[in-house]
Amino acid sequence: MNSLGINKDPKDTRVVVAMSGGVDSSVTAALLHEQGYDVVGVTLQLYDYGKAVERKGACCAGQDIYDAKRVAEEKGFPHYVLNYEDNFRESVMDDFADSYMKGETPIPCVRCNQTVKFRDLFKVAQDLGADCMATGHYIKRVINEQTGQAELHRAVDGGKDQSYFLFATTQDQLNFLRFPLGAWTKDVTREHAQRLGLLVCDKPDSQDICFVPNGDYASVVKKIRPEAEKHGTIVDMNGAVMGAHQGVIHYTIGQRRGLGIGGGHNDDNSPFYVVKVDPIANQVIVGPKEALARDIITINQCNWLIEIPHDGLDVMVKLRSVSKPSPARLHNNADGTAQIHLQNPQYGIAPGQAGVCYGVDDMDDRVLGGGWIIESQNSSMPIAA
Amino acid sequence: MPIYLDYNATAPMRPEVRDLVIRVMEGVGNGSSVHAYGRAARKYIEDARAQVADLCVATPEQVTFTSGATESINTVLHHFRGKRILVSSIEHPAVLQSAPDSEQIPVTTNGVIDLNALEALLKAEPTALVCVMLVNSETGVIQPVAEAAQLAHDHGALLFVDAVQAAGRINISLNKLGADYMALSAHKMAGPQGVGALITKSGLETPRFMLGGGQEKNCRAGTHNTAGIAGMGLAAQIAKDSITHYDETITKMRDDMEEKIRALTNGIKIYGDHMPRVGNTSNIGLHGVPAQTQMMALDLDGIAVSSGSACSSGSFKPSHVLTAMGADESEAKSALRISMGWNTTQHDIDTFLNSYTKIIKRTQA
Repeated sequence: MNSLGINKDPKDTRVVVAMSGGVDSSVTAALLHEQGYDVVGVTLQLYDYGKAVERKGACCAGQDIYDAKRVAEEKGFPHYVLNYEDNFRESVMDDFADSYMKGETPIPCVRCNQTVKFRDLFKVAQDLGADCMATGHYIKRVINEQTGQAELHRAVDGGKDQSYFLFATTQDQLNFLRFPLGAWTKDVTREHAQRLGLLVCDKPDSQDICFVPNGDYASVVKKIRPEAEKHGTIVDMNGAVMGAHQGVIHYTIGQRRGLGIGGGHNDDNSPFYVVKVDPIANQVIVGPKEALARDIITINQCNWLIEIPHDGLDVMVKLRSVSKPSPARLHNNADGTAQIHLQNPQYGIAPGQAGVCYGVDDMDDRVLGGGWIIESQNSSMPIAA
Repeated sequence: MPIYLDYNATAPMRPEVRDLVIRVMEGVGNGSSVHAYGRAARKYIEDARAQVADLCVATPEQVTFTSGATESINTVLHHFRGKRILVSSIEHPAVLQSAPDSEQIPVTTNGVIDLNALEALLKAEPTALVCVMLVNSETGVIQPVAEAAQLAHDHGALLFVDAVQAAGRINISLNKLGADYMALSAHKMAGPQGVGALITKSGLETPRFMLGGGQEKNCRAGTHNTAGIAGMGLAAQIAKDSITHYDETITKMRDDMEEKIRALTNGIKIYGDHMPRVGNTSNIGLHGVPAQTQMMALDLDGIAVSSGSACSSGSFKPSHVLTAMGADESEAKSALRISMGWNTTQHDIDTFLNSYTKIIKRTQA
């Protein structure tokens, strides 16, 4: 068994490495190449970089693609750039815009992993006769010694852990995937980047959504869906008009800042929060923090890496990438949806985000799967706002 | 060494040419200098001019050396800026980009320019220049340049022909084609990269593009690339002498390869196969298998071919030539170009066929 868990000599093991041009995936590729694997680097061209930065005449490929190519050239393994602009626009960007139009708060990175990377690139890797595909994600793939099954576990580096963004990884995909950095902290990765003499070793981590260069997602949405900026009203929970909004895409559930309605909702001047975004009525509904409390969450398009018992399962759940997991009971439905019953209510749960479940107690590192949040309720209130 | 089947991108230099280029580089001399060293350099340049002229049945004074076909093309098209230019829709990007305001002559599904459409365009409005390539780089289809030139002249327009992919593959005669300007490149005919020529019809002034010193009779400034030019001359001579090899050996090898590929699976489409083509080029669509996958798989097996056109990032783009021929996007994205040349052997083709068969098995399993 080689280090990728394949019963072959490394030189006979073909591994396609998805290279973004950043430090993590560059180290992944260079490391496997150093270990003697038949490494094939692939970088996806996902959008026209020149257009995204609105520089006329700029090359369609950004610096990242150039960097990935240079790493491969330097190390001496083959590297290809695949033009996935169409796939990315259809599977990720359109969905991103539509999701905002529906009043949701999407996570395009999950869609990208789910479609462009683990469906389309995956197929290319298999067509190239690869034995596996590796990425620079911070997540662990662990073989359960009892079952022999590959499991998905949180990365060792809690700060870098990307398990929330990879909940949609199916068992079939997981069997083919490898994440060599999952057991490392970012510092270790950077040390290896230094040791391997990679040109990208000092490159800063990417912060934004890749196709939203300066964080201004609303202007990206407007470019894809010009009708997005339909002005409307901000109302309180009784329907009283509080102000005007510049299009529902600018608002996300739990948002407090930038509402432009001033003042608070009571004598303490407690602030207003967005409690609901209603694209059909073209209204943003605001209310006190308490109105955001939810303890029953419905998710759809679920992906599970384990069998969920009929009477439910105790899990730890994350409803935002930045929040800590909290205890809940998961009930799976036959139609691909599931209900998450939180032990304690949470605030600011936004449709379009993911509900990602982990095991409990000594299994709390294991990713069980998850789904997309479609609605949330408060069991103590008969009708959710 | 990987097997090279991408001669239309660039051809390996002939050893005789390489030896000459090195010999010239070992010496010193600016072709514009009056001393002995200058004269020696000048002799290389003028010998080459005669050889290039001979390749296209022109006289040496009609030949201007440039840095490559792209510069030759820019030189001519820049001269016609602001005037009406018609270009075929399957021209090289050098033509399409140098004449951004041009109008396009459509091609038929067989990849040949539509002469009726050209005539209609010429009748519609006065035209200054018509651009039609002699051989398309992606399909190898030979274009009816002489007929296009006749039509152009009948309507008071001049004709520019990009003959880059024709050199050494078919006979070229500037006069028989009726062309007024012709672009050639050294490296596509097994010469060095970075050198080309612009051939101008006798009696017509050569446009000036690069300004500076008085080289090339004041038509193209810049110190001569003596070694490159010498190499281009010898490459042109050998190219002309090898046309029978193309006609016989390479065409047969290509036709035989296409027959075997057709027998492999039903999903094969060979672009331009009903038309006269140069013998070295084959553009093969494999239904449902992206060309980028095919190309990568072949590359990893040690076989170099091409698909569509690649931009500087190496990112794949579907071919505008196949799209112009009416191929839909998925067809245009699943075509591979195999182009052979002077050093291609039957063993190369057999190895390619083996690997190609493997791809079909793997992707259609």
